[in-house]
Amino acid sequence: MTVPIYISAEDLEEVVHLVRRQYGYDFGDYARASLQRRVIRCMQKAGCLTAFELKYQLTNDERFFAWFIESLTVNVTEMFRDPAFYKELRNTVLPKLASYPILKIWHAGCSTGEEVFSMAILLHEAGLLNRTRLYATDLNPANLERARQGIVPLQNMKEYTSNYIQSGGTNDFSSYYTARYENAIIHKEYRKNIVFATHNLATDQVFNEFQLVCCRNVLIYFNRELQNRVMTLFSNSLAPLGYLALGMKESLLFSEARDQFDVVSPVVRIYRSKT
Amino acid sequence: MTGCRVVAIGGSAGSIPVVTALLQALPTSFPFAVFVVLHRLKNVTSSMDTILTSKGRGLVIGEPDDKEAIVAHRVYLAPQNYHLLIEADRTISLDYSEPVHYSRPSIDVTFESIAMAYAGSAVAILLSGANQDGADGLLAIVRQGGVAIVQDPATAEYPVMPQAAINRNKNAVVLTPEHIASFLHTLND
Ligand SMILES: C[S@@+](CC[C@H](N)C(=O)[O-])C[C@H]1O[C@@H](n2cnc3c(N)ncnc32)[C@H](O)[C@@H]1O
Repeated sequence: MTVPIYISAEDLEEVVHLVRRQYGYDFGDYARASLQRRVIRCMQKAGCLTAFELKYQLTNDERFFAWFIESLTVNVTEMFRDPAFYKELRNTVLPKLASYPILKIWHAGCSTGEEVFSMAILLHEAGLLNRTRLYATDLNPANLERARQGIVPLQNMKEYTSNYIQSGGTNDFSSYYTARYENAIIHKEYRKNIVFATHNLATDQVFNEFQLVCCRNVLIYFNRELQNRVMTLFSNSLAPLGYLALGMKESLLFSEARDQFDVVSPVVRIYRSKT
Repeated sequence: MTGCRVVAIGGSAGSIPVVTALLQALPTSFPFAVFVVLHRLKNVTSSMDTILTSKGRGLVIGEPDDKEAIVAHRVYLAPQNYHLLIEADRTISLDYSEPVHYSRPSIDVTFESIAMAYAGSAVAILLSGANQDGADGLLAIVRQGGVAIVQDPATAEYPVMPQAAINRNKNAVVLTPEHIASFLHTLND
């Protein structure tokens, strides 16, 4: 049996403070319940039995810190996760976007790329991929490193194929990748318009203007204050009448920015800027 | 028991009939919030909230959004494919991290979080199931001074989960579904 490892609310604040002061990463406005679970998980993996040990390692070992950041964020993702969402994109959003000569789409918190690969496939099927530039950003450099390789675990492809079909896809899903050993490699032609870059939603600014911003299952890790700030960032990053897509349980209702958006799809949480 | 602020119910295989019976047995007004965590399939449209609502006699049952504020006299069903956590300010946080015991939502995750947020004013109930989820969560509830109840394995369609919880928790109260239902009434002070 593993020894129960625990970190108190006070120690957690000290760790947040240390990480901000020494390394410039700001987790001050992350929702505490999940942050605490993640820090405890890191302590377990690293064999730190006490908060003191964790703080000691963070202070004295930069490589440990790099590992800590990579393990702290929740990186789980899927291709065509929530098929109903992708179906709505296909049927409602992409036909509207088709009228733009050039499209720019931002995936904020793209993790290892599964979501942006799915989007590229949708765009390809809608005949829009060649005039679209996809910006996929994340705070975690290890995620981006993996995403750039276009590699997805092969064992997940069965589930992703089923998601794809439920989303209304009618092509042979295996035509989008090559299977090699344990990996599925998404074909280069579907990735060539994707730019991967680091961007921290808590501290970085607007960097371009987009017709569609996707930020799914990232805001759940933030407290309301940070959610509000990020919503303003999105609002300022959207072209007039641009779309904003959130995760299935993320709502604009609690946000100060709600008045600036129309609800396009209440179930799959797609919104559109009023201006 | 007095001062109960939250009742959390965790169930897996074979638990739906018991969950519905318990929801039906809730007093018409109750001064606490109820959380239900059930193991379910992901990426299929689920009508679990409507099923429970139709059986729940006018209860407000729903899947919460992230950062929703918790109010009493409401039943919150953990959404499929998310863990459900409680913040110190009594709002709900959803989390998409790795499954625990192959499960997302995981009962352990919600029970542990409720133990932290509600300490002695929490009641957690673990029902039928075929895996080990919930045992650690009940331990956390007891450690923080809350009440842990386990469905009598002899009455469970799948006894593995309640039995695992009993083995891990000497302080858990083992009750039949009928007795759990009557216990819920004593919470209505
Ligand atoms: C659960 S994943 C979501 C992946 C994908 N959008 C999906 O829904 O499947 C959350 C991602 O948000 C990233 N993230 C967390 N905090 C962030 C921040 N402040 N700025 C940018 N990305 C962040 C994490 O590194 C992680 O890759």
